[in-house]
Amino acid sequence: MRGPVPAAPVLAARAVTKSFGATPALRGADLTVARGEVLAIMGPSGSGKSTLLHCLAGIQRPDGGEVWFDGTRTDQLGERARTELRRQKFGFVFQFGQLVPDLPAIENVMLPLLLGGLRRPAARERAAPLFSRLELDGLERRRPGELSGGQAQRVAVARALVTRPRVIFADEPTGSLDSLAGEKVMELLVDAARDQDATVVLVTHEPRVAAHADREVVVRDGRVSELAAA
Amino acid sequence: MNVPAALLGLLEREPSHGYELKRAYDGYFGNDKPLPFGQVYATLGRLERDGRVTVTGTEPGGGPERKRYAITPDGVTVLEDWLAQPEDPAPQLQPVLFTKVVLALLSDRPAGRYLDRQRAAHLARMREITVRRRGAGVAGVLVADYALFHLEADLRWIDMTAARLGQLAKEITR
Repeated sequence: MRGPVPAAPVLAARAVTKSFGATPALRGADLTVARGEVLAIMGPSGSGKSTLLHCLAGIQRPDGGEVWFDGTRTDQLGERARTELRRQKFGFVFQFGQLVPDLPAIENVMLPLLLGGLRRPAARERAAPLFSRLELDGLERRRPGELSGGQAQRVAVARALVTRPRVIFADEPTGSLDSLAGEKVMELLVDAARDQDATVVLVTHEPRVAAHADREVVVRDGRVSELAAA
Repeated sequence: MNVPAALLGLLEREPSHGYELKRAYDGYFGNDKPLPFGQVYATLGRLERDGRVTVTGTEPGGGPERKRYAITPDGVTVLEDWLAQPEDPAPQLQPVLFTKVVLALLSDRPAGRYLDRQRAAHLARMREITVRRRGAGVAGVLVADYALFHLEADLRWIDMTAARLGQLAKEITR
């Protein structure tokens, strides 16, 4: 089901620039993401779409321009404040290697809560329902190596959701999965995010993944293009 | 395939006879399906009747006199509307999209923008189908998957074409 009509912006990038050495990745990217929206960022390889996500999420600091989250400029925050912001307000799902291989699935999901100072019983209580929400019942004690790719990715989604973040950033979340497993991850990710009123910013090059979003933008040559069909 | 629009696009470059138009059409768009002469003259006749082309002169040929056709302002409007309007996302769109791209490049119109609009129309259709698919049974899911895979294939072609516009422009205008 589609979510409600998006309201006020929760994230914004204004004229954001970012280069790596002499190579410009973003050349004045503008983007607004509404609260509760599921937004897909598409674009060819090397277009700057992941860099845009990293700047929005405070993982990278832009060279120029502004990044806003919930009325606050985040590009001017120091490293520590950005780390806090990411830990408290944002959740992340990446394509590969996000789970700690030595920890059972449930402890992987509990990890952000434990790092935030919550005690283990309380963290377990918060993490457990997500296993059922993401159709992972009975897999709590399995280690990542004992899960299928799709199951592991759903554990990663659970971990991203467990702090009840305001925004989930997902960078090619189905990139390493087959079509069926990828479909399941997307359906559960979008549904669970909507349940929690979280905004989703999704980077993907796959149109069928982007079709789960409310809206898509295309990044080309470091700029955001948003063209309606008519 | 929209033959009338393609002929208007070719006529916009310069007034032409039916024979020249057929050769240009076959060269750009015909592939292994050349346009029959009968269809060229019937289409030109309809375009003339509708005020989209006009006869600017006749010249003696080997057989009957040859008419030289030119596009009218009404014809340019019809052509521009057709180019700018994204096609309803449906299977087997490639010939018409390719024609639009070539005609846009030949006339120095923004081919990339037309492709972007088409891309947006395709993704909008994919979103609708994805929403419907969520509540469907297995049979409904499979029907939706078929549509999604085909739309996705078109979209990939649109993206590849957008990435190769520069090369294509060089090739067709040299």
